[in-house]
Amino acid sequence: MREPIILKGETGQWEMVIGLEIHAQVKCKSKLFSGSSTEFGAEPNTQVSFIDAAMPGMLPVINQEAVDQAIRTGHALNAKINNMSVFDRKNYFYPDLPQGYQISQYKSPIVGEGWLIIDLGKGETKKIGIERLHLEQDAGKLMHDQHPKYSLVDLNRSGIPLMEIVSKPDMRDWEEAGAYLRKLRSIVRYIDSCDGNMDQGSLRCDANISVRRPGEKFGTRCELKNINSVKFMMKAVEYEAYRQIEIIEAGNQVKQETRLYDPIKNETRSMRSKEEAHDYRYFPDPDLLPLYITDERINTFKKNLPELPDVKRDRFQKEYNLSFYDADVLTADKLHADFFESLAKGRDAKFVANWIITNFFAMLNEVDKSIEESPIKEEQLGELFDLINDGTISGRTAKEVFEEMFTNGGNASEIVEKKGLKQISNTDELEAMIQKIIEDNSQQVEKFRSGNEKLFGWFVGQVMKNTQGAANPKVVNEILKKSLKN
Amino acid sequence: MSLDKSTLEKVANLARIKVKESEIDPLINELNNIMSWVEKLNEVDIDNIEPMTGVSDAKLRERNDEVNDGGYQDKVVNNSPESISNSFSVPKVIE
Repeated sequence: MREPIILKGETGQWEMVIGLEIHAQVKCKSKLFSGSSTEFGAEPNTQVSFIDAAMPGMLPVINQEAVDQAIRTGHALNAKINNMSVFDRKNYFYPDLPQGYQISQYKSPIVGEGWLIIDLGKGETKKIGIERLHLEQDAGKLMHDQHPKYSLVDLNRSGIPLMEIVSKPDMRDWEEAGAYLRKLRSIVRYIDSCDGNMDQGSLRCDANISVRRPGEKFGTRCELKNINSVKFMMKAVEYEAYRQIEIIEAGNQVKQETRLYDPIKNETRSMRSKEEAHDYRYFPDPDLLPLYITDERINTFKKNLPELPDVKRDRFQKEYNLSFYDADVLTADKLHADFFESLAKGRDAKFVANWIITNFFAMLNEVDKSIEESPIKEEQLGELFDLINDGTISGRTAKEVFEEMFTNGGNASEIVEKKGLKQISNTDELEAMIQKIIEDNSQQVEKFRSGNEKLFGWFVGQVMKNTQGAANPKVVNEILKKSLKN
Repeated sequence: MSLDKSTLEKVANLARIKVKESEIDPLINELNNIMSWVEKLNEVDIDNIEPMTGVSDAKLRERNDEVNDGGYQDKVVNNSPESISNSFSVPKVIE
């Protein structure tokens, strides 16, 4: 079993306790309580209704799709869906919050306790508890760099539906926290309830962290805000754990507070503005009745849930005879899994898996592109595989063709034709060539026949030289073996 | 429950309501009266009774996920005392 990372302080060992709050933007066309668009990247304040701008007298009406997405996500997290949930007002003042309160869910969230399994490498897993999932409105966006004296407020994001997903404090180091965030992202993308795009802020993460002597009771925690990548979250947790250990070891006490992570300086600092505002004075929103969800509605979504990453990975291992590692890489993202499956149809699945992991994914990674942005489409890669399979090109040539397709476009067969990359698999042609090589090099043949088997490679080399590397090595090997024996 | 001065000041501050020193004592009095009136409700035994949200059997209405609002930037920003680049402007708030 993998043991969590234990930190060494001046006075001994320390254990971390981590819980994560994830804000996932619900994938739907319109806002949680209004009919304005949720599209990313529009001109400031063009996607704002009078409800989102908190004009007096406007009434919020909930978006059915947002509710459905929360139910779906709840099921995917093995969680209890509550038949009755309530929307509350969370009161605080900030320039990005025109209402002066956020509509959220406090005492009665739409989804209760659940769990997910995180992967810690080498097939090791751990079960992490989910405390709850609730629906709430996003706030607007503040821009500080547009004007010397003012901050500007864009309300396009105001009212966009978010799912706040709260874990139990079950993680013990940053590796586990990273694995949790990755798994959660993978799940919401599988069920298409959130696009998981951390760059655009569709998935945001707050980390609660405390330290303690191994096995002792929980210490005082701090909440880290403003974390927008898995890597930064892991770094923020590491920095914060050491900061707290230093405080305690110096004989002081950790103060419970909200801290901001600065990825440039790699440090956390206190957010003074949040200190006073922590008294949110929640109360049920009088504009909204309780939300009742029938068992029938809950069960319909449960029945129609797509195959989730863990199940898909197990199936890939069995059905395609893949290693845990390969199946894991292929199923981490649904689009990758779909890409593989459609290419594996009617082909050697292990070959396809290997090839796309080592060449295709590696190349996408290198140029930092997602599979959707890939210059090579599924069918094109399939054609390349078929050319390798029927012996038209060698594996090595295939890589050359692939790079050409990736950088300059085009189809495999055209490139092979144009560049004359076809390998010679014609047995007659190669047999004649090999016969001649044997006749011209009787000395080498003697040496080989009297036991110097290393010379076999030399003969292969001669054929390759004569054909400028275009000979099919498999065919060459077969003919040479036969011819050199006599 | 009875309200003291520091609680009143805290609540006023959270609600962004400016209270003059001379108003504090009368306000404490008023609020304490209101609260003791509301606290009467605690005398009712409501164990095992489902919360009631209204006298009619009303349910939360849900709307379809359609974009049919927004697109009036000018009207939205019209309420800003000073708008810059089609945005509300507020004194700089930086963490």
